[in-house]
Formats: sequence, structure tokens, C-alpha cells
Amino acid sequence: MHEMSLCEGILQVLETEASTQKFKKVKTVWLEIGELSSVEIEALKFSFDVVMKNSIAKDAKLEIIRVAGSAWCMQCSEPVKIKKRFDECPQCGSSQLQVTGGTEMKIKELEVE
Amino acid sequence: MCTVCGCSEGESRVEGVAVHDHKHEHDHKHEHSHAHEHNGDDHHYGHGPAHAHAPGMSQSRMVQIEQDILGKNNEYAQNNKSMLAAKGILSLNLVSSPGSGKTTLLTRTLTDLKDDLPMVVIEGDQETSNDADKIRATGAKAIQINTGKGCHLDAHQVGHAIEHLDPDDTSVLFIENVGNLVCPAAFDLGEAHKVAILSVTEGEDKPIKYPDMFYAADLLLLNKIDLLPYLDFDIQKCIAYAKKVNPSIQILKVSATTGEGMDDWYQWIKLSRQSKLIGFKKQA
Repeated sequence: MHEMSLCEGILQVLETEASTQKFKKVKTVWLEIGELSSVEIEALKFSFDVVMKNSIAKDAKLEIIRVAGSAWCMQCSEPVKIKKRFDECPQCGSSQLQVTGGTEMKIKELEVE
Repeated sequence: MCTVCGCSEGESRVEGVAVHDHKHEHDHKHEHSHAHEHNGDDHHYGHGPAHAHAPGMSQSRMVQIEQDILGKNNEYAQNNKSMLAAKGILSLNLVSSPGSGKTTLLTRTLTDLKDDLPMVVIEGDQETSNDADKIRATGAKAIQINTGKGCHLDAHQVGHAIEHLDPDDTSVLFIENVGNLVCPAAFDLGEAHKVAILSVTEGEDKPIKYPDMFYAADLLLLNKIDLLPYLDFDIQKCIAYAKKVNPSIQILKVSATTGEGMDDWYQWIKLSRQSKLIGFKKQA
């Protein structure tokens, strides 16, 4: 349950960006959240509204772009799709996988005024 | 937001003192020398990016920022890393669930290695300084961070704690994180290694229940192995689960109470420290 701290991190970035990019209000925030990141989307949405209260992002809409988990299978020498961090290779069953995507937690884009 | 280092308001305290309670010296002048040009009472709607205005259209615009949500924390972590590297310090972030025996393991380590290594400790707990008191009883320098509502230590708190502690060059810094197998996984403190501690009184499937933490750790200490005869804990299964999540994790079986296996752990610390000392030159 560190979604609250994540939202505080988001607000920090928004405030910094507001002064450098000269905007006063954030209307929409697009986040890129990987399926392998330990983020609970419902908790994130809840925390977002709480943390953004009385800030430049008050009442801002939160849009979440999910990124599927992907890995490189050492046995197959091929990229594969995974659902969980400790999934086996869907092709050969090996657990020698190097996670290559799906761990991101990024602020992608903002709609501002 | 704190204007010295940009930290957001929070409940965290270092030794009972709020983290963002640094001295704020306000000696800067506020000069307003920019000219305010008001062209009468004109209303400008054309100051948006398109410099045009169509009725009903708002002036909102899109800003691409592509920033990591934990970017701020990672910046602080990077600072900690360079600060520690400059002093040739090995830092270990100890993570586990509450009750795994972290503090007992640490006090035994501090006592046994007292004559071999310079060691300092940062203790993270939601409340109380009980653990730091226990650590100080061993003679080691320790500082307590109370996270208040927070469920993990972050790099900013740890940075301040390192400043307060002012560890000697080439020492070993142990950071005992808040007992939690979820959140501390995501927050880099600038440590050299995360060391996960799992006691055999817990479930053997913890590594796959909390994969992020075991994925992030470089070393797993299986603690309380003296209790194995009384428990239904399948140690081979546990090791297999841990390796499944993190094929490169190293696993040591220890008992902080009887001392069994502790020598392996000490050797691991010494070897890791040695690697930090390669190329390190004491600043004059």
C-alpha cells in the first residue's frame, strides 16, 4: 500500500512542471503503469483524488495506460509475454526469464491549462 | 513542500525531529522588477498555444513529460549513492516482514563484528526508538527514523539520516527498513544491496507471495533455522520459490539465536565491503 506515496510523488512532479512549463491547472494526468509493477490501480485512483485535493490538480482526471509484462527467455532466445514476475516461459516452461517490460510507473502526459 | 530540498510534507521524523524541519533561512530578496503591461481592459483569449481562440474551445494544452513517478526518490537515492561511494561505505538495506528477527540478527552481527569493522545503523520504524536503543546498547552508532504513517523508508529520509550519523569512511551502514515485504521493494535508498530476511516460522511460499521484494534482493537470509525441527517448514521448497522469482539470489541459512551459519553472513558482508574499497582513496 504505497499508492499514497506514489501520488505524492506525482504531485511533486506536477508542481515542478507547473513552474517550468507555466501552467496553473492540471485537467488530466496520463500514467503508464506496468502490469508487473506492484501498483494496485484501485488504490491508486483512490489515493489520487485524496492527494490532489487543494492542489493544482484538484478534480483532475486520471487516465491509466497499462503496459503488459514482457520478458526475454534465455532458453528460447526470444521475447515472451508474462503476467507475473515469476511466470515461467509460456513456450518452454523455463524460469530463466529476464523481465524486459511491464515494470514502468511513469507520468506520460498531462492536459493542462 | 519543503523549499530546501523539495520534500513533500509528511509525518516522518529523524530522531523525533520532523525531517523537513531544517533551518529555513529566508534572506532572499523578493524583487518584483518585471513590468506588468496591461493593455487597458482587453480580454485576451488568444494566448494559448495556437494564439487563437474559437468560441467554446478551452485553452488547455497537452504536455508530454515522460517522468518516472519515483523519479524524485531515485534522484535522492543517486545522491546517497555518490555520498556513500565517496566515503567507501558499504550500505545494506535490510528488508523483511515484522517479526522475522531483523533486529536480533543485527544486534548479534554488531556485537560479533565489533572489533573487525566500523559499523553504523539507520533504524526505520513507524513509531518508537526502541530498536535504535537496542542497537546503541551494542556500542554502535545508530539513528532512528520514524516514518509516521509511512510504510517504508525513502531515499530522502535516509539521506538526512546519513548526514546526521556522519559515518566514518569505509564503514558498513545497515539500514533496517520498516517491517513490510511490499512497499520497501519499490523505494531505492541508494543502498548497495537489499538483504531480505525470512524466518522459517513464516510461510515457505513468501517469496512467491511477495515476489517484488525477493526479486529486488541480492541476498536472502533464512533466519531462525534452529527452530526447524519443531516446524513444518519445507526449506528446499522455499529456496526453489526464491530462485524462481530471482534466479541470481544468494541464500544463506542462519540462526541469530544460536549463531549457526552466521559466519557465512559475516563473510558475505566482508567480501561485499571489500568490493567497495577497491579503488577507494581516503580524502586528505
